[in-house]
Amino acid sequence: MFRDVSFGQYYPTNSVVHRLDARVKLLLSLLFIIGIFFIQSYFGFILTAAVLIFIVIMARLPMASVMKSVRGILFIVLFTAILNLFLIKEGRVLVHWKIFTITENGVHTTIKMTLRLVLLISGASLLSLTTTPVALADGVESLMKPLTLIKVPVRDIAMIMSIALKFIPTLFSETSKIISAQKARGASFDTGNIFARAKALLPVLIPLFVNSFRRADELAFAMDARCYNASEKRTKMKKAKIGIGDIIAMLFMCSFFVVIILERYYFPTIGINMDQLIFGGLV
Amino acid sequence: MQNIIEVKNLTCIYSRKTPYEKKALDGINLGIEEGSFVALVGATGSGKSTFIQHLNGLIKVQDKKTMSVSVGGKSLSDKKNLRNIRFEVGMVFQYPEYQLFEDTVAKDIAFGPKNMKLPAEEIDKRVRKAMEVVGLDYDTFAERSPFDLSGGEKRRAAIAGVIAMQPKVLILDEPVAGLDPAGREEILLLIKKLQEEVSPTVILVSHNMDDVARLADRVIALKDGKVVADGSPKEIFADRELIKESGLEVPTATRIADRLRERGIDLSENIILMSELEKALAEKLEDRNV
Ligand SMILES: Nc1ncnc2c1ncn2[C@@H]1O[C@H](COP(=O)(O)OP(=O)(O)O)[C@@H](O)[C@H]1O
Ligand SMILES: [Mg+2]
Repeated sequence: MFRDVSFGQYYPTNSVVHRLDARVKLLLSLLFIIGIFFIQSYFGFILTAAVLIFIVIMARLPMASVMKSVRGILFIVLFTAILNLFLIKEGRVLVHWKIFTITENGVHTTIKMTLRLVLLISGASLLSLTTTPVALADGVESLMKPLTLIKVPVRDIAMIMSIALKFIPTLFSETSKIISAQKARGASFDTGNIFARAKALLPVLIPLFVNSFRRADELAFAMDARCYNASEKRTKMKKAKIGIGDIIAMLFMCSFFVVIILERYYFPTIGINMDQLIFGGLV
Repeated sequence: MQNIIEVKNLTCIYSRKTPYEKKALDGINLGIEEGSFVALVGATGSGKSTFIQHLNGLIKVQDKKTMSVSVGGKSLSDKKNLRNIRFEVGMVFQYPEYQLFEDTVAKDIAFGPKNMKLPAEEIDKRVRKAMEVVGLDYDTFAERSPFDLSGGEKRRAAIAGVIAMQPKVLILDEPVAGLDPAGREEILLLIKKLQEEVSPTVILVSHNMDDVARLADRVIALKDGKVVADGSPKEIFADRELIKESGLEVPTATRIADRLRERGIDLSENIILMSELEKALAEKLEDRNV
């Protein structure tokens, strides 16, 4: 499970979406998420869902891989839904039973809130499903570059980030190896009370720390031996270039954003209500 | 002799139903006799580590209906056997020194026996015995920190930690990786000694055919999760077709003998050990001198 790149969620299919520039994907994801916050109407949510499904298909991802990240926040979603449903008291009362009241406003807010959360998480997970952690880190570094002007040590932060990312899989596989080795000597991690369990972790944590320090030491030596110097200007081995696909993606996402904004702020002023048009009297 | 380990129909698939799905073992059927010294060979990624971790239940069989692993007649699918089998099958992992954690060598070696819930005197006895067998002097090393030992000493301390449980079967995953020639030799001799004094059945994962020829009385070769060769070292190394197909090499002595034969020096077949090569050459020289 912890082998190679299989940490995080990256799901390799080498689709057009996977091949987009990481910086572009980062910015467009941001735009998508901001867009979702502007949505107030069912029309907006349907449009967003359609866009999302379109991207999933383009990325050749199975729907289940996106749903998996939604499952992770299912509890939060249900919790907010229930709170909204019972705590909102404005609007026409639909159900009234003992202390529980469900109003029309409550139902609408609940549905919209749920949709918003689900779409947000799915949108964000699309980024990590289609971009390797290393590419993401490079993208973040590149986008943070302007901050060098206000003395933020962007290069150091980027180096720390990429080293950390490189070593996370190593750390995972090392942890599972040490756990196996101690289990082979009869250690058990799932018996006894909480103190016994915490103590049972020592035979894993101590070697893990010792090995990590050793490895950090070795890495520092190796970097030193190659004259690594934090203040030096470095170039990239693989230079990311903006291609035609990136431009199409940007146009696509910007149009989506413009439609969302227009639908919320402009359409009402000229008397168009998309929800009325689509659902009639239902909403 | 009776089989101490029985493996039936063992298949293992990692990361099932993801893009990283990998069949690490593919329909393995094996019996391992009590008292045998088995060498498990095969290229990196052929499934050796996955296989041995099934033998003490660190990896569970994925389908209890069709597959089974049993040790001493007890099935590993049965939860209540699991703990006892962990103590009967000792496992020395690759780079075992990276698992040391206690503040003294003696305490670290006592970790296994303590988990077995043995009485204190018995634990102390076993720690002393284990240290003696691996060649770490009790008075010198018992109270030292395992992190201050040399590479070879650390490894012997880690092996002692497994030996102290006095397992019936000892499994070692590439135990000489990363050691210098002298250190390798020490550990290999130690393994032979461990078989005689502590654990009668040994399974050794190795890449070095010279070591295999010298130590093992049975060689099992894996390739892509399947058993592709199984027999005595003499049989296996004599079958050059098989060696090629299964991606193995022959021992150095065999290779030298082959070259000499190509040059017209008529040596006896089936040379796998340096000592055999020496003897054969000495005989040849004597013939000439006559
Ligand atoms: N925990 C794991 N998760 C996913 N794949 C694994 C895991 N462990 C091993 N593998 C894969 O299974 C195959 C067999 O690995 P392994 O048993 O370690 O082989 P060997 O010990 O012969 O080198 C390899 O392709 C390896 O990448
Ligand atoms: Mg291995």
